[in-house]
Amino acid sequence: MKSYVQPEFEVIRKADRCIKCQVCARQCGWGVHSYDAEDDIMQAQEEKCVGCQRCALFCPTKALVIRSYSGNYRPNANWTDDRIRDLIRQSEAGGVMLTGMGCDKPHTVYWDHLLLNASQVTNPSIDPLREPMELTTFLGGKPDRIDVDEGKLATRLPPQVKIDIPILLSALSYGAVSYQAQEALMRAASELGTLCNTGEGGWPKNLRRYANNTIVQCASGRFGIDREYLELAQIVEIKIGQGAKPGIGGHLPGEKVTEEVSRTRMIPEGTDAISPAPHHDIYSIEDLAQLVYALKEATNYEKPISVKIAAVHNSAAIATGIVKAGADIVAIDGLRGGTGAAPKIIRDNVGIPIELAIAAVDTRLRQEGLRNNCSLIAAGGFRNSGDVVKAIALGADAVYIGTAALMAMGCTLCQKCYTGICNWGICTQDPYLTKRLNPEIGARRVVNLLRGWSLEIKEMLGGLGVNAIESLRGNRLHLRGIGLNEWELEALGVRGAGN
Amino acid sequence: MYYRDLNGLLRSKVADGATTIRIRNVCGQRYIATNLPNHVDISIDGTPGNDLGAFMDGPRIVVYGNVQDACGNTMSSGEIIVHGRAGDVVGMAMRGGNIFVREDIGYRGAIHMKQYGERKPLLVIGGTAEDFFGEYMAGGTALLLGLTGRAHTARFIGTGMHGGTIYVRGHVDESQLGAEVAIVDVTDTDLREIEQAVISFASHFDLDARDILSGGFIKLLPVTKRPYGRLYTY
Repeated sequence: MKSYVQPEFEVIRKADRCIKCQVCARQCGWGVHSYDAEDDIMQAQEEKCVGCQRCALFCPTKALVIRSYSGNYRPNANWTDDRIRDLIRQSEAGGVMLTGMGCDKPHTVYWDHLLLNASQVTNPSIDPLREPMELTTFLGGKPDRIDVDEGKLATRLPPQVKIDIPILLSALSYGAVSYQAQEALMRAASELGTLCNTGEGGWPKNLRRYANNTIVQCASGRFGIDREYLELAQIVEIKIGQGAKPGIGGHLPGEKVTEEVSRTRMIPEGTDAISPAPHHDIYSIEDLAQLVYALKEATNYEKPISVKIAAVHNSAAIATGIVKAGADIVAIDGLRGGTGAAPKIIRDNVGIPIELAIAAVDTRLRQEGLRNNCSLIAAGGFRNSGDVVKAIALGADAVYIGTAALMAMGCTLCQKCYTGICNWGICTQDPYLTKRLNPEIGARRVVNLLRGWSLEIKEMLGGLGVNAIESLRGNRLHLRGIGLNEWELEALGVRGAGN
Repeated sequence: MYYRDLNGLLRSKVADGATTIRIRNVCGQRYIATNLPNHVDISIDGTPGNDLGAFMDGPRIVVYGNVQDACGNTMSSGEIIVHGRAGDVVGMAMRGGNIFVREDIGYRGAIHMKQYGERKPLLVIGGTAEDFFGEYMAGGTALLLGLTGRAHTARFIGTGMHGGTIYVRGHVDESQLGAEVAIVDVTDTDLREIEQAVISFASHFDLDARDILSGGFIKLLPVTKRPYGRLYTY
């Protein structure tokens, strides 16, 4: 069948600069560039290009420009080029359209409609360069009251995990991402004094040296879980859902289940690794409580148990159920959260933005007197430190970042994670591609990014006149909405700007 | 006794050097042996609660009675022998060790069992199972022996199955199977595997293995390792 799909990108090769060194051909895992020795020319198969910019960046003479395809269908506000292309592709292959990374549709980003306050005159601002500024956060449930006996704490606290910055690295499973990518993230977490989540694909033996900075997941596929996995981790997270694909499970395609991945996940090589949509032992909050306590028993009640859900319409009620089920941490992943593979129709149409979910969950937990019983971690498309500060002001204890950390390591959001090809060595198991990602350099880039964000967060806190992230948590008076409707202000629990 | 106190007591006894433990009058206590080391041998009189041996890695448990749901949930290694029947989701996501149940089990037994290399779980059911037996099964071996006199009436057997093997002593109809499994002939290698499993089963419950082996066996295998490989547009 002749394909009617137009290329998405075009390759501009400046003849006066190209020296035919073929770096582009070697860098491109998609096979876009090739050298024709007979005619001594470089050729490009544009229809294969995904726009990841690897070739353009590595071209030593800057001879390449990769840009969106300049041809277009007749402009149509309803039938955009993107929609037309998807429809054609689907009519040629007949299946569920897959995609990677987070939702790229222009749903309202509430971070861009929230503004922070700053102190002027009446409450002096603080200069973080000269005064101590506290970003330390303790994850875990806090008791309703504490008793002090002769100057000593007499109440036994639920397990707490200390992190130096209120930013954790999100669950990216080995198998979806490369070993190198996971090592870079874990290494970064250990240098930053925070935690990195293994995701549901098990925990490679060699990476267990980062145990002090690791959260492990127990998802519906139950991959790679063994005694040591639970014992070494700081937190065990039950994954119920994911922002990019609420309500559905995951299929790691057999092609990505290499020998190493199969060993880590504890499944045979080459089989699909299937995470069913529900946990088959969880059909209710009572069942969830059973798994929460099974994990507490398995870890001697020494570790916080987290439950991660996707942000959906009734997240607030679900979150109260989760806390009542005994979870110490509630993690919520919003509409724009990333993924290694998800049906595009689900990614772009299911769930709600994390901003609304944080506000709804924090409010409900406060109303029910449960807020102190858990920590709230928000996830799903945090782009900069401003988003993080606003999330904490809305009511989160900390945030998970995934996409931003991958971008620090090279990801350019080409959204082809589900194919097994990643020119940046992140979302692939092909050794030719994975060796491009040096875990040490990858880690340094993530550490640099979060060092920058931490400094910015301190500046913002200082400006607000507070010297600890604790003082900002859930303090929505520091936020004002702009360009929002009445219902949106109410849902976010903030006043309008100027008010 | 509250389950948390019971399990705490078990942990402290094991820490004090106990290797053989007998628990009497058990009545619904959950999570027994979830977090005990591998040299422990436990016998239980009564009915343990849900998640018996969940995440268990090593111990051997003999239950003189029935067990409730999720027995052997996500178990890594060890052995559970049940002199009675078991509830739903027996051996869920189990990736090693053995479970022997003398009588029938509930719904969704052997669901999502998996295997890797040496780690290959074995689940032997003396009677029969309810619907969705072996759903999403990815590895290991499960046997239904049909010894309790009930016909195999489960539906949707092996729905979504993509690894492992189910052997059934007696008859199941094609219409009882999920779309992803097929009935295939039992080979000599299979018979040796069945024989080994049946001999251990019979020895636990003082039964005659030859009698059991004389019944005809069928084998259920997944049609593909990749049941959902053709679902997507790339």
